Amino acid sequence: MIVPSMCAGHPQPMNQAISNEPTANESPSSEPPSNEPISSESISNEPVVRLEQVRFAYGEREILRGVDFAVHRGQLVAIMGGSGSGKTTLLRLIGGQLHANAGKVTVAGQDLGALSTSALYALRRRMGMLFQFGALFTDMSVFDNVAFPLREHTDLPFELIRDLVLMKLHAVGLRGAAALMPSELSGGMARRVALARAVALDPLLVLYDEPFAGLDPISLGVTGQLIRQLNDALGAASIMVTHDVRVSLELVDYVYFVSDGVIVARGTPEEIRASDDPFVHQFVHAEAHGPVPFHYPAPPLASLLDEVAA
Amino acid sequence: MNALLELLRKIGAMTIDGVWRLGFIARFFCVVLRYSGQSFRRLPLTIREIYFSGVLSLLIILVSGLFVGMVLGLQGYDILQRFGSIDALGIMVALSLLRELGPVVAGLLFASRAGSAVTAEIGLMKTTEQLQAMDMMAVNPIARVVAPRFWGGVISMPLLAALFSAMGILGGWLIGVVAIGVDDGAFWSQMRASVDFRYDVLNGIIKSFVFGMAVSLIAVFEGYDCQPTAEGVSRAITRTVVSSALVILALDFVLTSFMFRGL
Amino acid sequence: MSRTTLDLWVGVFVAVGFAALVFLAVKVGNHSGSSGPIYTVSAAFDNIGGLKVRAPVKSAGVVVGRVGSIGFDKTKFRAVVRLDLDGRYTFPVDTSASILTSGLLGEQYVGLDPGAEETELKTGDQLQITQSAVVLEKLIGQFLFNKAAEAPASAK
Repeated sequence: MIVPSMCAGHPQPMNQAISNEPTANESPSSEPPSNEPISSESISNEPVVRLEQVRFAYGEREILRGVDFAVHRGQLVAIMGGSGSGKTTLLRLIGGQLHANAGKVTVAGQDLGALSTSALYALRRRMGMLFQFGALFTDMSVFDNVAFPLREHTDLPFELIRDLVLMKLHAVGLRGAAALMPSELSGGMARRVALARAVALDPLLVLYDEPFAGLDPISLGVTGQLIRQLNDALGAASIMVTHDVRVSLELVDYVYFVSDGVIVARGTPEEIRASDDPFVHQFVHAEAHGPVPFHYPAPPLASLLDEVAA
Repeated sequence: MNALLELLRKIGAMTIDGVWRLGFIARFFCVVLRYSGQSFRRLPLTIREIYFSGVLSLLIILVSGLFVGMVLGLQGYDILQRFGSIDALGIMVALSLLRELGPVVAGLLFASRAGSAVTAEIGLMKTTEQLQAMDMMAVNPIARVVAPRFWGGVISMPLLAALFSAMGILGGWLIGVVAIGVDDGAFWSQMRASVDFRYDVLNGIIKSFVFGMAVSLIAVFEGYDCQPTAEGVSRAITRTVVSSALVILALDFVLTSFMFRGL
Repeated sequence: MSRTTLDLWVGVFVAVGFAALVFLAVKVGNHSGSSGPIYTVSAAFDNIGGLKVRAPVKSAGVVVGRVGSIGFDKTKFRAVVRLDLDGRYTFPVDTSASILTSGLLGEQYVGLDPGAEETELKTGDQLQITQSAVVLEKLIGQFLFNKAAEAPASAK
């Protein structure tokens, strides 16, 4: 517990950037994260993301009820759980789009709850996020989409941006599609472009919101492999929210199962496969009955019949 | 009795909702202004939006202006010739266009052509999580998406209204002078004698500027505020057009009563 | 659409828009309100009829100014009209002002008939000789009255 507080006292070394006028916030700008902060963090062995007793509620409805977990560099972590179990909320909390009602969310040593908007934006430049359906900018070409974060946050010369973008696109196998518009892409291609965009600034942390939703088996396999490769190449930490048990268990290093706002099971893929926890068993084997009920909570049917009779 | 209470309750809810929305839109306006610096520092962003709201509205504005002016020419001739003062046709066409029809009709057309397009675009960006994605990339969507569209509209609108009025006067001239045969010299000289630059032309421009602000604000607000579903976007577009029209007409009354009180 | 075509279109749009503004300003509107210096004199009338603020002030049929404001003198019970006259035109101090109507039903304006004095009007002066508006109802009333007065005479 001492380590995080120390880190909070020492803000991340920010590169005194080439002045970048394009952003609206007046925060000290940073270049795409270079190797310096990365190495210092790996030395301190501080987890990139740490959640401590995090609670969150939309008004009266409690979504998360005390969640703890940590993700380290180089790790690819999957968060699994049924629909409405609070997985996506968890991702939003880590991305700073939502704020925890209680507990602490720490990303790269900084407490998200205590950050100003500009500091949050500075932190987000070191995060990448892949949205459920890619969320590509429909009015820009594939090239411009991937170039977007580079153009917004750096003052790099035109040629350098072009080379960087083509490199990223090459990594996802779509260098030839650079001139296409997002409307001309298939679902799987759009997801890969979005992936290239998410890692354009070589982020420290990549968040994936249902990266496999709506993909055919081939695209799904390709996307899965890419996520793994990019994570290893960047040395980043990756968090993936997904339903897809089969593919994820082959890819990830660690799995958290979320149900009803708490983490009910955790472990490496081997442990998960071998687990005899009833919840995990139901989820992994896609069974209709188990701890996750088929029925939405309701008064027993018998009582209804009694009412009708009365 | 119960029905009455229910009615009162509904009126109360509507009032509270309306006031809340008004406050929200005012706050939104302040935020847009706060993040407007970028729209001017990165001019290409705003220029692009001027293209979409201004240049693409050009055709409908020019054609409608011409027709409105031609109708004014015909109707004006019909009325004025009863009083034997057809020489005043130029005055009538010019004053009604400059003071009222130019800003108001151009504003209404602008709301339905450009305003609805802006709402649809922003609403769609919200629905497809593009705004959120931008936010996650540490780019403020208000500064990057909303403010340039707002200023593009604000800049386009007075120019469109001026074009509308100019086309209308031309249309009135075509009908009055070329087709009907009102004296060309009388048409222009009477017009020039009675149309005052500061009182008529400038006030019309001020009106169109205010309408441009109002319509652009409503359009970006409705887009940004819409429910992120297909249905939500379509409802937001309807709301943009309807509330723009109401706001334009209401503001027109207020502005007119301030500007032309002494006349 | 490439940047340059987009810029070109917007350039054309802005240029045409400003051309329209210039057209409205130069060809359609006049600049009486804003052009050149003005000087202000006042004139008191018994009755101004339907005279409005910003009505023209004409001399020999030429517009030489505008009605600036219309007030009411509480002590003398007369209308006080402020005239903003174009600085390019000067008038003798004994100029008279009358309220006239252009055509039978046209707008009302102030007509100035120059006097013969050497000294010229300047800001703050008051026109001494004024003639009120012709009120149609009064005119008709008078006409009927005269007719009525004539009738018994002719009957004699």
